[in-house]
Amino acid sequence: LVFTEEDKYGLYSNLLFKYFLAEGIVCGHDLFVASAKEHPDKILKELPAPLLDDTYGKELGDEAAAKSEDSQDSMKIAWRYQNLPKMEASPTTYTKFGHYYDVSKKMSPELCQSVKWHSFYLHEELSSEPKMKAWSMNSGYARLLQSIQKIISQEGFDGSDPQKKQRNILRIGIHSLGSILWGDGVCCSDNPEDPHSLTKFLYVLRGLLRKSLSACIITVPAHLIQNKAIMERVTNLSDMVVGLESFIGSERETNPLYKDYHGLVHVHQIPRLNSLICDVSDTKDLAFRLKRKLFTIERLHLPPDLSDTVSRASKQDLAGSAKLLSSGCGAMAIGKKHLDF
Amino acid sequence: QGKFTLLRDTRTDGSFLVHHFLSFYLRAGCKVCFVALLQSFSHYNIVAQKLGVSLAAAKERGQLVFLEGLKSCLDLLFGEEEQPGQPSPLQFLSTSDLRALFDFVRVSLAPSAGDSWKGPVLLVDDLSVLLSLGAAPVAVLDFIHYCRMSVCCQLKGNIVVLVHSNEDSEDEENELLVNALCHHSDLILWAEGLATGFCKDVHGQIKIIKRLSLRQAGEQDLVQIYQYKIQDRNVTFFARGLSAAVL
Repeated sequence: LVFTEEDKYGLYSNLLFKYFLAEGIVCGHDLFVASAKEHPDKILKELPAPLLDDTYGKELGDEAAAKSEDSQDSMKIAWRYQNLPKMEASPTTYTKFGHYYDVSKKMSPELCQSVKWHSFYLHEELSSEPKMKAWSMNSGYARLLQSIQKIISQEGFDGSDPQKKQRNILRIGIHSLGSILWGDGVCCSDNPEDPHSLTKFLYVLRGLLRKSLSACIITVPAHLIQNKAIMERVTNLSDMVVGLESFIGSERETNPLYKDYHGLVHVHQIPRLNSLICDVSDTKDLAFRLKRKLFTIERLHLPPDLSDTVSRASKQDLAGSAKLLSSGCGAMAIGKKHLDF
Repeated sequence: QGKFTLLRDTRTDGSFLVHHFLSFYLRAGCKVCFVALLQSFSHYNIVAQKLGVSLAAAKERGQLVFLEGLKSCLDLLFGEEEQPGQPSPLQFLSTSDLRALFDFVRVSLAPSAGDSWKGPVLLVDDLSVLLSLGAAPVAVLDFIHYCRMSVCCQLKGNIVVLVHSNEDSEDEENELLVNALCHHSDLILWAEGLATGFCKDVHGQIKIIKRLSLRQAGEQDLVQIYQYKIQDRNVTFFARGLSAAVL
């Protein structure tokens, strides 16, 4: 269960969401798209086109990839980001994993139609009134869970159909969960009426994912959720938690430290499944940028300090004070400049 | 005998302690009731096999009673109507009442004729999930209290419970739960991520607190601190600052 905290304007998390779905299409997986904002058909029409040219890939060194394990009970797809190798490393150290996508082009409709996909658009579903047991959960969430469970059992993703020889994977994408459009009040106030709906939903979803051959990505407008306790609980219930922080509109946009990038990637949690240990990469500072054709995630590194007047200390100050400013300690940030070690 | 052990983690994942206790008690020949709320059976099974114990075999011979929370909740919500008189242990999802869960624990650890197991053990992974699922912290504390009376006092067994906590946490309900449990525990194993951040060679530090002050007035709690590194089949512990990478 990949949990993504959206950036403020949702631009980049949408991109990540589409990448996940596009990868599913290219790998031939089935898709399930749920949304309360845009109609899933529209989302599917805007998926990036896959790049089939190998040489283009070798020039860069970075991509989003998916790895699948085939087992009956616990099916997980781990989401791995590979970091950009050091500048002087030769391109052969880089391994190809997954597919690349060209953000400037849309995926062709024939490719989209080549896989089976299911959609759940909240406003259409709410108008019909099926029978529901008393679930003590937000009705939008409950209906989504029922829909997912129905697809899983009908299409045999939970192994219930022994006749089916070819087992496939279901990729579930849920857009902007927890937002007001889903009928959940967590984004509106500190003390929502039903603080448990979101966590209950995630728990049941986790159960469904563990029981079937499926993987799920959820994007959530975390910056709108004021009750931080819910975010902590949600982190505990997810396998992987990634946060995207874009620089648009924040003071970091003009910070020379970040001039090459469009935002930061925070990896809050990685999955620890079927083993005592988890796979941790060397560095935790990742940043992303959206070039004309490609969306890349790279290790954050300081650009070389070439000017004579700007000393290293002040650059660190800038980073330090930017961090402090963002956490609301304005006075402290100014004082830091005068601190001598 | 009759001890309540609290496993606590902060800024890191303390589930390796759960795996350890599970295989430890099974190897010791105790009857274990494992309330596994967060992960599937196969996850625990695969890790236990690496540690040398087979959970499936233990289940077969009746030594292990495994409540797989994720599966039970699906059965409850998507299954057919349950038979009357057989309430699902996860009923609190709709009724916020943990009584059915306690009954499940009590029944599974009750000694039956022909049982040759040493001491019953209740293992819970993890308690903080109950709060996420709508139970009130007082209800969870009551549940633990009932379990203690039943398992520790009546049956002279042990209880091991995992909770998550965070410093500067805004989750007041969770903090309330954790603090209350800390006061009543005989032994606290607190796994913390390093304050200086992530490190490849030292995954965290573990604080072992023996609550001697509970048993005898005037005694001080004994606190020991070690650092650890988790490997595929093992966890190595060493004194602070003496990790293999440094020496």
